[in-house]
Amino acid sequence: MLAVAFGVSFVTFFLMYLAPGEPAEMIAITRYGAENLTAEQVAVIRLAEGLDQPVYLQFGRWLGHVLQGDLGVSLISGEPVLTEILARFPATLQLAVAAMAVSLLIALPAGVIAALKQHSAVDYFTMTGALLGVSMPNFWLGLLLMLLFAVNLGWFPVSGYGGWRNIVLPAITLGTGIAAVTARLTRSSMLEVLAQDYMLTARAKGLGEGRIIAGHALKNALIPVVTMVGLQFGHLLEGAVVVETVFAWPGVGKLLVDAIFARDYALLQGCVLIFAGCFVLVNLVVDLIYVWLDPRIRYEKGG
Amino acid sequence: MSLLQIRNLCTTFYTPGGLVRAVDGVSLDLVMGKTTGLIGETGCGKSVLGHSILRLLPANARIEGSIRFKGEELLCLPETKLRRLRGREMAFIPQSPATSLNPVLTIGRQLVETIRLHKRVSRQKAREAAAALLELLDLPAPEKRLAEYPHQLSGGMRQRVLAAMGVVGNPSLLIADEPTKGLDAIVRRQMAAVLRRLTAKTGAALLLITHDLRVVAGLCDDVAVMYAGEIIESGPARVVLTDPRHPYTRGLLGSLPAHGLKPIPGVSPSLIDLPAGCRFFHRCPDASPACGEVWPSLVKQPDRQVRCLLFAQGRESGKGVYGRDLQAAVV
Repeated sequence: MLAVAFGVSFVTFFLMYLAPGEPAEMIAITRYGAENLTAEQVAVIRLAEGLDQPVYLQFGRWLGHVLQGDLGVSLISGEPVLTEILARFPATLQLAVAAMAVSLLIALPAGVIAALKQHSAVDYFTMTGALLGVSMPNFWLGLLLMLLFAVNLGWFPVSGYGGWRNIVLPAITLGTGIAAVTARLTRSSMLEVLAQDYMLTARAKGLGEGRIIAGHALKNALIPVVTMVGLQFGHLLEGAVVVETVFAWPGVGKLLVDAIFARDYALLQGCVLIFAGCFVLVNLVVDLIYVWLDPRIRYEKGG
Repeated sequence: MSLLQIRNLCTTFYTPGGLVRAVDGVSLDLVMGKTTGLIGETGCGKSVLGHSILRLLPANARIEGSIRFKGEELLCLPETKLRRLRGREMAFIPQSPATSLNPVLTIGRQLVETIRLHKRVSRQKAREAAAALLELLDLPAPEKRLAEYPHQLSGGMRQRVLAAMGVVGNPSLLIADEPTKGLDAIVRRQMAAVLRRLTAKTGAALLLITHDLRVVAGLCDDVAVMYAGEIIESGPARVVLTDPRHPYTRGLLGSLPAHGLKPIPGVSPSLIDLPAGCRFFHRCPDASPACGEVWPSLVKQPDRQVRCLLFAQGRESGKGVYGRDLQAAVV
């Protein structure tokens, strides 16, 4: 877990260093505006933030602070990075949870029904829809939804943060992309389970079709799906960066993009670290759910 | 009157490779209190026959003919009515215990579910009944087993759990599909004892699908031998096993360790592209040229039925080949 966080921070730090533009100058422009910028101001910033030092020293110093629990201060606003991120985090979490809910609500029923009616019109329709969902870029789908439902129909606000109406379009945009993958996996996993010997046993007992699916097939079929959904959470954070930008959603993703444009190293590193932490945490939760779903894993350790 | 009457049953599968005639014109009668063995090599259609009775077949299968259970035609019964018969009137003990129990549910949950499906009892009562049933089947520490998952049980234990699941509804017809497959000799004998006890207790008819002749000799009253989708010899187990007439039945018995482990040469024909004459023609040691062209019908003899031209022409292949010691040798 620590290794993942360290690796991610390391890579972003050096990628940022390679990005064009002189950081001190960019920061100075953001702080004082481009018109009345003096070389002196730039020099002061460079010296104060240690930007004149070699990059590995900068990274080392940042790492030292992080290990003491100090994410530093934003180079632009002067606020502590942690405060800035925590202020934005609930919005991202809301969006992620809503998007995941949208995705599962679409994907699980679609996948199960497609499997039960294999080779039917419903199956082909669902899987074609899934293919479209995978292929469509988030920002483009977001813009299309915005155009139709916000601009033309006026059902939902175009962008911004506020009541439940605001979250609908971004959640759908973010959710459909990953729903497509989940639906396909649910279908194939369900098909595999339906062909198992224990399905014959369940049928021979005299169980009804509904109870066979809900009681015997679903839990087995969900095992691979849970892994997938966990991995998708990473995808969700990545998508949040795009979708939050498109919909002006004040989350960590938008903060991250703003930090990149302003060359706000401290804030950027903080955001990346939080994303990495979330990703690792979700994977841990997935492992726990996995153990609950599949008793074969539970008992291997106990011997 | 017989409990189950199968007449001219044909089960066909539609596959990309062509039509597979898994069961081809089988007629069979099962009587209350009697155990009938259905034997034959892998792929001869005996399992499909068992599945056909309960209509547990995939969507690409078609069943024709007639299956009457207590006078009622099963092939015309709507799915909802048939479901009420499954488990309660006709039960099925599936083969391969390793994969026939749901891996993510406890033994208790799977047994209790079955019990409550057929009897209106509380969860607690059903659990007690499940434990009692497992104890009846000689499963050690039944209470503990109920809390365990299938992968924690041995093959023999799982097979007994499946047998328990089959008999909870007190069915009058029990179909056991290879109940001794993959079990070692001791467990196999235990399983045979379990089946014998269950049928003796309930007076049910048992259809025992197996390729294990020792089990047939030990358990069955009647026996039917299947080859390439057809029954080729049937009659009382004692008669058929000690004095087999059909060259295939003789070959089967000859392949037993007690009779020198002589394999039958060749492989059985593809069920997609069946030969015109006798289906055993290419492997038969006694074949005449006519056997390759004329399809033999099932000929009734005083003590049995046999599908072979040798007997259709009124010829009797006299002596019992292996003698009376078989019963002793195989049990």
